[in-house]
Amino acid sequence: MTQRQEEMLGSFKKKDVICILCPKGCPLTVAGQDKKGNPKITGAECKEGKEYALQEITDPRRVITTSIVVTGGRLPLASVRTSVAIPKDTVLPCLEEIRKVTLGAPIHIGDIIVPDVLGTGANIIATRDVAATQ
Amino acid sequence: MIEHRCDVAVVGSGAGGLAAAVAAREAGAREVLVLERDNILGGILPQCIHTGFGLEIFSEDLTGPEYIHRFVARALELQLPTALNTMVLEITSNRELYAASPEEGLLKIKAGAVVLAMGCRERTRGALAIPGTRPAGIMTAGLAQRFVNIEGYMPGERIVVLGSGDVGMIMARRFTFEGAHVEAVVEILPYIGGLIRNKVQCLDDYGIPLFLEHTVTEILGNMRVTGVKIAKVNEDLEPILETGREIACDTLVLSVGLIPENELSEKLGVEMDSVTGGPLVNELMETSIPGIFACGNVVHVCDIVDNVTQMGLVAGKSAARFALEGPAETEPRIRLRPGENVRYVVPQTISAARLAEAPLPLHLRVARPDENVRVSIVAGRRCIFDSREKAVAPGEALIASIPTSAAEFLAQVDELQIDVQQVK
Repeated sequence: MTQRQEEMLGSFKKKDVICILCPKGCPLTVAGQDKKGNPKITGAECKEGKEYALQEITDPRRVITTSIVVTGGRLPLASVRTSVAIPKDTVLPCLEEIRKVTLGAPIHIGDIIVPDVLGTGANIIATRDVAATQ
Repeated sequence: MIEHRCDVAVVGSGAGGLAAAVAAREAGAREVLVLERDNILGGILPQCIHTGFGLEIFSEDLTGPEYIHRFVARALELQLPTALNTMVLEITSNRELYAASPEEGLLKIKAGAVVLAMGCRERTRGALAIPGTRPAGIMTAGLAQRFVNIEGYMPGERIVVLGSGDVGMIMARRFTFEGAHVEAVVEILPYIGGLIRNKVQCLDDYGIPLFLEHTVTEILGNMRVTGVKIAKVNEDLEPILETGREIACDTLVLSVGLIPENELSEKLGVEMDSVTGGPLVNELMETSIPGIFACGNVVHVCDIVDNVTQMGLVAGKSAARFALEGPAETEPRIRLRPGENVRYVVPQTISAARLAEAPLPLHLRVARPDENVRVSIVAGRRCIFDSREKAVAPGEALIASIPTSAAEFLAQVDELQIDVQQVK
């Protein structure tokens, strides 16, 4: 755990979050730390769920998906995503940033459209091909 | 009329159809023809640009376009012939398909086996009978999704979503991302229709109000929607008009359920399950007509695409076997009966013979939410499967597996009952 996470954990008694990692949607509870200083997390059915709970209450992040305008393509839009989850409070500013982008076809799945969007460390990448019109 | 022959014809190129086509080819079918009415492969997935696809099959959290890209790429690698812009009009019980396309006109395809993978479509306003005028600005969530994600149009600026299916909740977030204001998501039942994760990451994250036990009682506006009236409902789901209020909006989006698209199947005459709205299938995904297989949302509306794909893989392999080797032995049949708090089970019948080979996964959906339950498969007084679930909901299908060890015992029974009961 980072120092920030430790501080966050000390700042509340008990927090409930619903896991969004898989369709199960397990209800998770984080309630302080055990004797060894590890966070006490209950309700998770997997390791990833426990990690998610800690992440969600200390530094919530989301992968975002949207689309960008394409010129000269067989389709008017290309769908895109962040390569990794970005801090929740940067979601709307990042969408603003992505909205400014227009790209010419062709676009290939996996292409980096915006590197390190707003300094989050995440790249905006294309999630589909858009062929150019002949 | 142009005539084609193939080992396996697949109707539809969504996740189920492409998985079936790939599996059929890999199981040895030489000619596998995919028929698709749209101008691209992939069914609904190209417009589902959000993540959440492929956790089970790829152990990755993919977007819809990324997920289907893998199957399209595999189909290209296997050089599977695909007929785009091709609408199948009729299928006969001796496995002849009639289809039409602008390039070829009317087509006849004689197939060794057929896989039905037409998917599902959305329930509309007509199916709900909401009173009011007929202004512009009313559409289903999937149509709105196509507008926003493929065509690049925004349906409106102030939006009310009726129904809390997954597509509706995901679109509520999508509208927000594109600068619109989602005034409310309105759900008639006391619980959401989609997955809880979508309530959290699509509604709660952006402060979108959810009204449970409410419905839209009237649509206002003449040329364009200007608002809707919503009211709380009583236990019989009838609106309590005194609780009514008006919400100003320019768009009403409906996310009120999906219906398997089975006109072709019904005309063909396969036996249907009145609860799922899809054909009755056995563990090979074969319908009541030999050589006609079905997979994916045409069988029952799935909540995750990996289940569609898995059904497709089974259907494709079975179809290839049928085309190459003829009918499989499926007797004696065991009927699977939905018991306590089980709305339906797919497949609806299984054969004990097949069970000796591998465990058989059953997909079941509960009728109502419950907590601390025991999922059991029972034959007479003997329980052959037993698992615990902390929480169940109609929006989340469950999987129960019949173990291979039960094969010998099952040879003596003709019915199994599946129950989801609260543990006292």
